[in-house]
Amino acid sequence: MSVLVRTCDSVREAAQLLIREKGARLLAGGTLLMRALNEGDQKISSLVIANDPFLTDIRQLGSRVQIGACATMSAILSNRDLSFLHSAAQAIGGPAVRNMATVGGNLYAPRPYGDFATALLALDATVSIQSGYSAREMTLEQFIASSERQAGAFVTSVQLSRPAAPEAFRFSKISRVKPKGISVLSIAIHAGERLGRLSNVRVAYGAMAESTMRAKAVERTLEGRVLDDAAIAAAKAVACEGCSPRTDAIATDWYRREILPIHLGRTLAELRIKKAS
Amino acid sequence: MVTTPIQFTLNGVTKSLMCEASASLLDVLRNDLGDTTPKYGCGQGTCGACTVLIDGQPILSCIFLAGRVDARSVETLAGVHDGPNLHPLQVAFMEHFAAQCGFCTPGMILAAKALLEKNAYPNREEVIDAISGNICRCTGYEPIVDAIMSVAERRGSPGDRG
Repeated sequence: MSVLVRTCDSVREAAQLLIREKGARLLAGGTLLMRALNEGDQKISSLVIANDPFLTDIRQLGSRVQIGACATMSAILSNRDLSFLHSAAQAIGGPAVRNMATVGGNLYAPRPYGDFATALLALDATVSIQSGYSAREMTLEQFIASSERQAGAFVTSVQLSRPAAPEAFRFSKISRVKPKGISVLSIAIHAGERLGRLSNVRVAYGAMAESTMRAKAVERTLEGRVLDDAAIAAAKAVACEGCSPRTDAIATDWYRREILPIHLGRTLAELRIKKAS
Repeated sequence: MVTTPIQFTLNGVTKSLMCEASASLLDVLRNDLGDTTPKYGCGQGTCGACTVLIDGQPILSCIFLAGRVDARSVETLAGVHDGPNLHPLQVAFMEHFAAQCGFCTPGMILAAKALLEKNAYPNREEVIDAISGNICRCTGYEPIVDAIMSVAERRGSPGDRG
């Protein structure tokens, strides 16, 4: 079956094309979609390319940042104002993948991929979604849980606030092959401080559930505490709550559960060092 | 089959052709244009054997839609040499035994070329990162890193220019 390619100049036009045809897919970087085509995915009948500049735009909105869904990881890395996202963007594939992979595409990446989404989740990102004629915003957490991830609607941009301070955010990717390798798991932590105690703690995991997830038990455990050895130990004790890792070619579910507390502890210890320095 | 016209520069030469609309750039290079230097390794964007440079940036041609290369400049291994003279990277790969089966070599050389054009004096870690998207099953990577470092070292260091 021939796959059609349709190019348009605006987000709205792309949205119309996607809603009209069940097998239409928005082509961003192509790291997921072209791979599916190469593997003979019969569900794809057409590719829609949207050349709307809004989709690659990165802009500062005061203390918040808006990143177009088709901005690549390389674009993130070359933007000094987004240095807090560099560790997450650098963790995505190798240089060629980073030249292609997009912020929006990473939100749809199946586990164990989607490491950048893990970082965004810990930073309380929101997404703008276009579906047909309508556009709306929702939190990334809502988006991940919703049917909006299905074909027909697509993310046009991501918005997030900068971390309270550079030392308030930490991202770790655990992989067998370095520097580039598919995640065994990834961890992102964003925690402010008030009077020496952690506040607004957000902890997100990648590859530990069907989609990137918040570790709410860990967040509750750390909220309002001093980040000391006892707090880290308490966090490690509840690290796996809510997790449903899977066995795949990279690691077994057992292995992921075994190492998660260890790497959570290390990431928290690194965060403590950053805050102290 | 639905086709689309594309026109782009391949190794400095303008190419105009009709290609299947959903074809990958790798398919077009190898099957339509006869440039077999980029290799089909995985079709998933994982192995890097299909790496080409588009406007100087490494791209995985097996997962890059051919139509998106319209009006852009593509470089493959077939174009890195200067007439009868091999590119310094090609010479270095020979000198350091950095190729055994040779399947990863086109992608490796282009990834290295992109690095050296952006950063003329990379350290070893930067070289390793630059080729991190290219898998080699034969050499264990060290000869490849040595070869790339040797090209950078031959250029001297930033201080030598003073």
